[in-house]
Amino acid sequence: MNFQLSDEQAMLKDSVARYVKDQYNFDTRKKIISSEKGMSTESWAIFSDLGWLSIPFSEHYGGYGGGNEDIAVIMEELGKGIVVEPFVPTILLFGGLLSHCGPNDIAADLIPKIIEGHCLGAFAYLERQSRFEIADMKTTAIHSKKGWCINGSKSVVLNGSNATHIIVAARTSGGQYDLSGISLFMVDADTRGISILPYGMMDGHKAANINFDDVKIPADALLGNLDEGMRIVEKIMPQVLIGLCAEAIGIMAVLNEATVAYTKTRHQFGVPISSFQALQHRMVDTFMAAEQARSMVYRALCAFGEGNLDDENERMRSLHAMKISVAKSSKLIGEEAIQIHGGMGMTDELNIGHYVKRLMTINLMFGDGDYHQRRFNKISYQAA
Amino acid sequence: MDVTFTKEDLVFRDEVREFFATEYDFSMAGSLNLATISDGECYKDAIVKWQKKLHAKGWIAPSWPVEYGGAGWSVTQKFIFETERGAAGIPAVIPFGISMVAPVIYTFGNEEQKKKFLPRILSSDDWWCQGYSEPGAGSDLAALSTSADLVDGEYLVNGHKIWTSYAQYADWIFCLVRTSKETRKQQGISFLLIDMKTPGISIKPIVTIDGRHHLNEVMFEDVRVPVENLIGEQDKGWTYAKALLAHERTGMAEVADSKRAFSELKERAKYEVNGGRAMIDDPLFQMRMSDVETELMALEYTELRVLAAMAEGGTPGPESSLLKIKGTEITQAIQELQLQLVAYYGGGIPSNVQKDGCGHAFAEEARCGYLFGRAATIYGGSNEVQRNVIAKMVLGV
Repeated sequence: MNFQLSDEQAMLKDSVARYVKDQYNFDTRKKIISSEKGMSTESWAIFSDLGWLSIPFSEHYGGYGGGNEDIAVIMEELGKGIVVEPFVPTILLFGGLLSHCGPNDIAADLIPKIIEGHCLGAFAYLERQSRFEIADMKTTAIHSKKGWCINGSKSVVLNGSNATHIIVAARTSGGQYDLSGISLFMVDADTRGISILPYGMMDGHKAANINFDDVKIPADALLGNLDEGMRIVEKIMPQVLIGLCAEAIGIMAVLNEATVAYTKTRHQFGVPISSFQALQHRMVDTFMAAEQARSMVYRALCAFGEGNLDDENERMRSLHAMKISVAKSSKLIGEEAIQIHGGMGMTDELNIGHYVKRLMTINLMFGDGDYHQRRFNKISYQAA
Repeated sequence: MDVTFTKEDLVFRDEVREFFATEYDFSMAGSLNLATISDGECYKDAIVKWQKKLHAKGWIAPSWPVEYGGAGWSVTQKFIFETERGAAGIPAVIPFGISMVAPVIYTFGNEEQKKKFLPRILSSDDWWCQGYSEPGAGSDLAALSTSADLVDGEYLVNGHKIWTSYAQYADWIFCLVRTSKETRKQQGISFLLIDMKTPGISIKPIVTIDGRHHLNEVMFEDVRVPVENLIGEQDKGWTYAKALLAHERTGMAEVADSKRAFSELKERAKYEVNGGRAMIDDPLFQMRMSDVETELMALEYTELRVLAAMAEGGTPGPESSLLKIKGTEITQAIQELQLQLVAYYGGGIPSNVQKDGCGHAFAEEARCGYLFGRAATIYGGSNEVQRNVIAKMVLGV
């Protein structure tokens, strides 16, 4: 039994933590968000120099060959600085899909570029009607002699406005709600027929709605097997969810620490408000909520660790349970952080609300707590 | 990061399973269920008989130092043992002797005390109870006023203890008593071991809301206790008791028992129906079940994290308060769902004519489990006190 970081992981953690502390303070972040791109290319170059962009990729492509734990280590520390650079869309989503669609020329070409920091990616999967059921998809890809022709509209494509390359999911067969019949395609962001409508998200990240209007791409733009795109998406989900939840526990730690510190300095009725039991007990509840969420991330890491659990059902239960737990803990911790900070917690000026808004978006990514709880129930409770 | 078992761990697990399967008398399970206990002596005989088997195997007190009879198990082995025990539905060892007074004796007691008491705790020949709370000293335990005055080389004990679990079976009671009134209230307290047969001790049963007799008042009237029964130094008892409280709390997560209770709940939800649909298929009941189960899954790993930290040489710290709070909340949440499952039938009390109440298989257990289960967030330092502990020790407020 072991819950400790390896020496390499401890160094990685230290490296990200130091960067966030020394070079990514709240004012820096504000400037980045209000810039036109909404991200810092300088920061991204540093991420590349420090090797963070190479972590999940195989040595074959020049990567570090790291696993879920390494991702969790980075994400927790990035969370502490609510870093807005597109690590999730480029490395975990775009890069993850590329890594899992089988050996191919596109991956061989692009993964080294991702690692160098020159390729920024996005994954266009969500549509206006799909909410959490990714397979609910109207966008189509029609095959012709010349290749593929894509038509449809994608919503909230993370990093959509900065991406050099986009992986788009489109229906190649089946009905609107079918799990099978979806395929993944690689498109250059500047391909004719693509229109990108950028906007900022409440958490400071950049997203875009993307319309595909008769977008023609070559036959070899297909990633993986025809009609089996959802399988690739399912393959990357554990790492994506673990990464997001690890980011969330980093944020929860910051919120709890800031809230306790604030109550020690804020005086009312002639005493620090930390002396009030009504607040103490609530801060203990948020402390426990953070610990429980952390335990759940560890549980998922163990479940998906090598040789730990052969039982697929139990793995998925751990994954859903993690997202449920993080959703509940985040909501409690975020709301209490605002409440206990009082009027200050309501201000845009203070960092608290910005940490809370990142937690809010994390909870909505790839299924909210209720969605995962339904999935958990489905595989856990049956009469027969 | 991993929780994999080594080959040796797996061999150990098989040994534990084998031992439980062959040595535990599953026909006694009914008598050993404290929630539905009807015949106290029968319960006592059954649990003592089982504990003697554990003792013979050397597994009665795995956490003790090996020199006193501990098993020298790794954290993983302890986890395996507890998991298998819970899964088999075998009750935990009665804690008062093994996990509460014994650590005080082997840590702070003298050689004679160790020789006299530890073997009979291990063999379950002595049943211990805990004399801490008093009518005027609950959460504020240090306000206790039961006095022990040195008179002619003996302590003369006078006072009134309350909420004493299973004192009716006890041979010995370990008490916090006031030996000095001069100083800060925590400083004048001593830790005293008292033979329950001593003249001047009387027991008054307290019937709880489940209609059963678990608790007692214990009265002391000029009870003479030899000075040899004092643990450590006079007036230092508070320190000794406090040092061991963390031990008590780590045991309160009760993850293995909650896992067992939850799987029972799940099984029962398949057969309890409403309008022809099994309760396990009711989406709302499913949400309530997974609310609890996911908390339990998290707590299991929180406990493992605490155990792993302890194995690294740490002692259980304030995080043990977290285990107590979450563990008891989850225990109660499962009991609430059991009660929800038995619905109106749970209200029926067995009579001489209708021995199983209204004729429902687990209505009695669910009702009594729920009602007596309310005690879990009150005893061992109420959950509000545990929150005070975390606020002070962890948050530093």
